[in-house]
Amino acid sequence: MIEFDFGTVLAQWPMLLRGLVLTVVLTAISAVLGALLGTACAWARLHGGPLLKRGVGAYVELVRNTPFIIQLFFIFFGLPSLGLRLSVEVACVLAMVLNLGAYACEIVRAGLQTTPKGQLEAAMSLALTPWQTFSRVVLPPALARIWPALVSQIIIVMLGSAVCGQISAEELSQAANLISSRTFRSFESYIIVTGIYLLLAMALRQLLYWVGPRFIFSRR
Amino acid sequence: MTFKAISTLAGLLAGAVLSLASPAHAADDSLSSVLAKKSIALGVASDFPPYGYMGPDFKLTGVDVATAQLIADKLGVKADFVPVSTPNRIPYLQTKKIDLIVSALGKNPEREKVIDFTIAYAPFFQAVFGPKALSIKSFDDLAGKSIAVTRGTIQDDVLQKVAPPTLKIQRFEDDSTTVAAFLSQQTQLLATGAAVAAAAIQKNPQMQAEYKLLLKDSPNFIGVRKGETALLNKVNEILRAAKADGTLEQYSQKWLGRGTGVLPD
Repeated sequence: MIEFDFGTVLAQWPMLLRGLVLTVVLTAISAVLGALLGTACAWARLHGGPLLKRGVGAYVELVRNTPFIIQLFFIFFGLPSLGLRLSVEVACVLAMVLNLGAYACEIVRAGLQTTPKGQLEAAMSLALTPWQTFSRVVLPPALARIWPALVSQIIIVMLGSAVCGQISAEELSQAANLISSRTFRSFESYIIVTGIYLLLAMALRQLLYWVGPRFIFSRR
Repeated sequence: MTFKAISTLAGLLAGAVLSLASPAHAADDSLSSVLAKKSIALGVASDFPPYGYMGPDFKLTGVDVATAQLIADKLGVKADFVPVSTPNRIPYLQTKKIDLIVSALGKNPEREKVIDFTIAYAPFFQAVFGPKALSIKSFDDLAGKSIAVTRGTIQDDVLQKVAPPTLKIQRFEDDSTTVAAFLSQQTQLLATGAAVAAAAIQKNPQMQAEYKLLLKDSPNFIGVRKGETALLNKVNEILRAAKADGTLEQYSQKWLGRGTGVLPD
């Protein structure tokens, strides 16, 4: 029978807290930049020139059809051979932004493409410029439509940040790994960290569901 | 269904439960369950030359694998090799996925609290390695540098204790990523076992890397689940015999290129 000893693991709370903070920071930066990148790419795939469309298409295909950990290893272990050496944290953010950007691109594009033709015609008849049409007429309702999908993609990226421990980023899962290898209380460590991830994911979803309608695609 | 059929079924079920229960009881002692199954689960490294690694023929080989095979042969059972990583090998042993850890396992007081150790069977030492251009004469010289180390290893532990706080310790999951971090110059220094470093340095002469500081001279022991005295004694007996007849010395010469030296009993 297994005897639980959560005390030993919880005694390492400063390490868990530091891990949690890094996970939250990595997620916050990559969610914002990744969503922006995704929106820009979605615009490019629909309205860009043929070269831009091709380029963005290649990026999306490349990222969506390769494992995240390989992308991370490529950035951290591969790029130094080309003379580009990034710190652990920058490499993690870059990998997460590129990853979210590609997925968000397809999600946002789906939202943009479902814009009713009538709305575009209405915008044109009001003599709005293409930029005004995109930013005022097309984008906000598109974002409102795809918001749940985008939020769950952001949560996936947050959970995916667990992989960043592989390149020695001391985020939450790395903290759990460290505690488990120091205390040999692996079951307890992973139970605790599972709970933290669960709460974090639910909190993040609530936050984004609250922020979205108020600040990102506010309906006036 | 008749009443008779039901009672027969109940009897069968009870019999099945009993027959399930008895081998579970026998399995409390690893040695007897290993002998009964005619197979022993041996946790070995598959990426840790020259201790446990895939040979050119895709078969596991190395000092550890040979020693593990020797133990299985002497017990007269089949060797079931289970590849383990440095962080997962102790949990594997604790959760009975394996019966013995034979993967360049060093002994320390923290580990002694959770598992038992046999006598030593092979030499091993951990050290800090770095480029020739970097002058590292003592642990104080590590201040402000960055170093790659595999999480949960003895070298991680020692560095944590002796290194100045400004040393940036970057922890990776296994030796190959640790070495990759050093070779791609993501870290200035490397803390690892002599054998791993030797292979990495030899294959990457452009790094101009060399031995810097000794972290720990720690021969390898075989890990046994706590309280498995019968298995522990049996393995010790096999190892002592192999030490006496020169088998261990021969393994060490073959894979490490030097003798075992004095191994603690």
